[in-house]
Amino acid sequence: MRDTIRIFRNGRIVEIEDFGPTETLLDYLRLREGAVGTKEGCNEGDCGACTVAVGSAVGGRMVYRPVNACIQFVGMLDGKEVVTVEDLAENGVLHPVQAAMVDHHGSQCGFCTPGIVMSLFTLYHAGRPAEHGTINDWLAGNLCRCTGYRPITDAAKASCGGVPADRFAREADATTGVLEFLSDRQDIFVGDSERFFAAPRTVDALADLYMQHPDATLVAGATDVGLWVNKQMRDLPKVIHLGRVLGMSHIEDIGDAVLIGATASFEDALPHLAAIDPDIGEMMRRIGSRQVRSAGTVGGNVANGSPIGDTPPVLIALGSTVELRKGDESRALPLERFFIDYGRQDREPGEFVAGLMVPKLGPGQQFRAYKISKRFDQDISAVLGAFRFTLENGVITDARIAFGGMAATPKRAVLAESRLIGAEPVKAASWAPALEGLSQDFRPLTDMRASAHYRLETARALLAKALVEIAGAPTATTRVIGRRETPAGEGEAAHA
Amino acid sequence: MPDSIVDDKVYATARQPIRHDSAIKHVTGGAVYIDDMREPVGTLHLAPGWCRTYAKARLDALDLTEVRAVPGVVAVLTKDDVPGINDVSSSFGDDPMLADGEVLFWGQVVFCVVATTREAARKAARLARFEVVPGTPLVTVADALAADSHIMPEYRFGRGDVAKSLKDTQRRLSGQIAVGGQEHFYLEGQVAMAVPGEDGDMTVYSSTQHPTEVQHTVAKVLGVTEASVTVETRRMGGGFGGKESQANQWAALAALAARVTGRPCKMRLDRDDDMIMTGKRHDQVASFDVAYDGEGRILAVDLDFASRCGYSADLSLGVNDRTMFHADNAYFYPNVSIRSQRLKTNTCSNTAFRGFGGPHGVIAAERIIDSIAISIGLDPLEVRKRNFYGPGRDVTPYGQKVEDNILAELVGELEASSNYWKRRTAVRSFNAKSRILKKGLALTPVKFGISFTLIHLNQAGALVHVYTDGSVHLNHGGTEMGQGLFLKVAQVVAEEFGLPIDQVKITATNTAKVPNTAPTAASSGSDLNGMAAQAACREIKARLVDFVSMEYGTPADKIDFRDSQVIIGNGAVPFREIVKKAFIARIQLSAAGYYRTPKIHWNRDKAEGRPFLYFAYGAACAEVTVDTMTGEMKVDRVDILHDCGKSLNPAIDIGQIEGGFVQGMGWLTTEELVFDGQGRLRTHAPSTYKIPTASDVPEEFVTKLFDSPGNREETIFRSKAVGEPPLMLPACVFSAVLDAVASLKPGVIPPLDAPATPEAIMKAVHATRRGGV
Repeated sequence: MRDTIRIFRNGRIVEIEDFGPTETLLDYLRLREGAVGTKEGCNEGDCGACTVAVGSAVGGRMVYRPVNACIQFVGMLDGKEVVTVEDLAENGVLHPVQAAMVDHHGSQCGFCTPGIVMSLFTLYHAGRPAEHGTINDWLAGNLCRCTGYRPITDAAKASCGGVPADRFAREADATTGVLEFLSDRQDIFVGDSERFFAAPRTVDALADLYMQHPDATLVAGATDVGLWVNKQMRDLPKVIHLGRVLGMSHIEDIGDAVLIGATASFEDALPHLAAIDPDIGEMMRRIGSRQVRSAGTVGGNVANGSPIGDTPPVLIALGSTVELRKGDESRALPLERFFIDYGRQDREPGEFVAGLMVPKLGPGQQFRAYKISKRFDQDISAVLGAFRFTLENGVITDARIAFGGMAATPKRAVLAESRLIGAEPVKAASWAPALEGLSQDFRPLTDMRASAHYRLETARALLAKALVEIAGAPTATTRVIGRRETPAGEGEAAHA
Repeated sequence: MPDSIVDDKVYATARQPIRHDSAIKHVTGGAVYIDDMREPVGTLHLAPGWCRTYAKARLDALDLTEVRAVPGVVAVLTKDDVPGINDVSSSFGDDPMLADGEVLFWGQVVFCVVATTREAARKAARLARFEVVPGTPLVTVADALAADSHIMPEYRFGRGDVAKSLKDTQRRLSGQIAVGGQEHFYLEGQVAMAVPGEDGDMTVYSSTQHPTEVQHTVAKVLGVTEASVTVETRRMGGGFGGKESQANQWAALAALAARVTGRPCKMRLDRDDDMIMTGKRHDQVASFDVAYDGEGRILAVDLDFASRCGYSADLSLGVNDRTMFHADNAYFYPNVSIRSQRLKTNTCSNTAFRGFGGPHGVIAAERIIDSIAISIGLDPLEVRKRNFYGPGRDVTPYGQKVEDNILAELVGELEASSNYWKRRTAVRSFNAKSRILKKGLALTPVKFGISFTLIHLNQAGALVHVYTDGSVHLNHGGTEMGQGLFLKVAQVVAEEFGLPIDQVKITATNTAKVPNTAPTAASSGSDLNGMAAQAACREIKARLVDFVSMEYGTPADKIDFRDSQVIIGNGAVPFREIVKKAFIARIQLSAAGYYRTPKIHWNRDKAEGRPFLYFAYGAACAEVTVDTMTGEMKVDRVDILHDCGKSLNPAIDIGQIEGGFVQGMGWLTTEELVFDGQGRLRTHAPSTYKIPTASDVPEEFVTKLFDSPGNREETIFRSKAVGEPPLMLPACVFSAVLDAVASLKPGVIPPLDAPATPEAIMKAVHATRRGGV
């Protein structure tokens, strides 16, 4: 048992013992270190002004990912390298991404700039071509209100995409060694039984600890829990961080399905799910910015039970099951049954989401998913529709349809599904009754994202669009973004 | 263009694309914003307390017991703690700093917690108990119109017999368009730090576009003289109008807390509080009735704007006047009546925002043009060009003659460079074949009047010191919010003295150095402060020339300043040597410069005069694709050509143009402010309020500066203001969406409101298919 956390910071191991369970990395940097280059713009992980790079040793090499420091609890950074905007220049010489930002007039007011520099720093280290779509995707979580982005995109093109040659690249081996040294087998428990930050190392230790403290808050990526603290001012005295639990982020292809460990990040799960269908890749890309995808987890997106989480409808349409664990016992249930009602899931005290099993598409199965939001990137869906059709000789023999944003939970369209049996995508008249069925399947609400009327109209439109596409219409004629024929065209849906 | 403005001088520093003076500090995290300043020992932190349930209520009692009990809380401020006047308004006296007996909008500050940490203050601020009697809030424009609720009298101007023209015409159409408001979303939220001094003095560091007004407000609230208060602003993390009047309250609260506790006090709003409490761009409903001829030329226009001003007047007089001044955009209205109603609602008090009401006028004008084009089946660009101001058709509805019109040339150039007509054909054939996706194309102009319409604000001061080592200290009344004003004015000074730019020290705006300044607003920053700084430089130079002339026996016209030297006849002496000699000879090396804009005058009561020194022009062309099943829309390509006169700094100006375009595009597309029926803003964070992100900007995004011979008015080095005009260029995106939807049913004008969210587009698609209703 360890009662401190250790962060690798600017060439030094920093050991911290006196921190609150929900003290944010941003507060740590600004208030404790006085490293005020990292800014607070929104305090909810949406603007990216607080972006820092988090370095991990993955398979013996360094990987840098951008995260929003405002919604990372400092304890979650144990064993990681934290890089901030102050750390990049060497002896007064700007880092290549900094120099490019200056040369291309990429800053005006400068307040978003440190976050943008750090996002570009992670792109610089990503080892991939700096294409326009890639750059846009890398910047989706960095709002700039001054420049209109063009000079920033140009700076990215000019400085990223090559072989990294900065100090971090040169020192990668040494840094990897340090992080491997820091990655011990101990459970972390900082605080006392009334108020603590804990980060167990094994699933068994997690199960035991959670049984002892069923009132604790489980935190995986904190992309949601961070807001409870920052915006609702909730006091979370007991925090159990899942990020260090060995094996819990494991992703495995078992042939006809993919197993996704509960703490696998969106970013890590993305290529595996995108391999099932490119629409899933695009949905995952649009679920949130790079920062959110680096921290947020598929398991968390399921476990928090949000009616507007983007992965649940997709996973439900695919027929996924969720694995739950409590103490020594495990059980599995179809994902749609996990969501009971608004804010209520089938999860007992002390029980946690251990993982998901996501079936791949079988013979004759076709999949489509669409996300509707006011803005394409880094926005919460007004409606998300996911569709899996099984066809034999052009006739639908089975349909699984799930929507987000249409009810208090992610929910299947039972009537529409049944009315599709026997329908033929090429014959619009044969599926018209299914479209009408949606108005009985759902009674959506009006809120700031869309009216009930629009939601219902759009749900029908999305089902119709899926069927038109399956009937043969190329997505170049049916979609403004996320086209399937050019998987690399819109960002990087299938290859991220 | 008159020959007199041909300018052959070769500039060393002015007109060069020099990078932002803080660029390196921006990218290394070294630029200091107010929250980054090292806090003096003992600094306390403020958080606002407010009633989270009602937008309109009588406030009967306030129980702060639990608030005060939170560990770390040092004081809780209410209106009773205000020694001076409890008002933070710019002029109308109707913005209580702390609520006085009533809640007038959802987010009105009722009390303020002062604590040892910001977290303690924020937590404590939620624990108050309110005893209130709720009322029925007026939320929307429709609510206010129904209740006849006005914040100030309506205003009209125009000319000719509009009613008769409308009645007599063969062709007439009417329409209505609702245009939404906009949150500034400066990345740095509102913040101020107040440090108490001796004798009741107060120094306030404020993120404000208007340090002078913050100074006056703090003095008013504390009940001290203006001379007792010093306000300093080094830089803002964005302003956009949102820190013109809206910075007053937080600075004044910090100062009051500093007065009450005797300790330095900082107030930085959380993003949600900021978005809930501060004013935004107005939202307006424009209704028009227009007569036109068979060629699409406008004969008469009757235009009415109904504007949601919010609970107080703030800057609504000027904002809504500017809507009227730009209701013509670039078009000649032979007979015209323009009316503006300024409505009082129980919502935040709407305020300045880049364009200052002008954008609403422009959008209304463009909708009129689009409607005429759709109705008579002409290409909208053709109708636009036919209605441009021109010889004999060159007087605006407010009586100012348009003397500097370059739109025919500018639009012609963009028409060619954007390949408009070829793309028009391509769009038409795409739409003929495509059932679900429809493309739209539009090219729209902007003509924007430059000068504060409140005439007395058109003045500026600067302070220039030359030190004996030849370095120069520059100060002026303008503020830096990212727009590059400090750099542009420094370029002027460097140019005047013939020095490299790094010899000119840029310093924070400070009310103790240059007093009684105008806000940095109305795009006027470099026009005003550049001229004031130039005047200061020229005064110092004149003294140096006199001295050198005497000292070296060289006539004054043979003395010049360039390449860090003073050119004296055929010889040259380093600038630093000359200033050292001048100092020894007791020549004053410091000067205060002053400038006031010439020619302008405006009589609001008679609606006559010349409110603007000149107009800035530009045009943009956008192509979009609309998904008619879902209402989703993608901007495919944008081409911009904009007039900056002789640009003071082309790199900075292109940044203003592109940034303004994308900001305006956000206003017209993704950015939607949603208030619920109880008047509560539901979109008060970036999770729900969506400003453009990188992927919303098309890959094909081409911005060029118009090759201008220079501003025909005598502005600083013949440049033109560039802050606001580009904000209206994305009218082309909005018109292109309309064009795409209109392709569904020729002759039907889609009732598309702004912002064109997927839902708004879908609504317009359905209505168009039904025939326009």
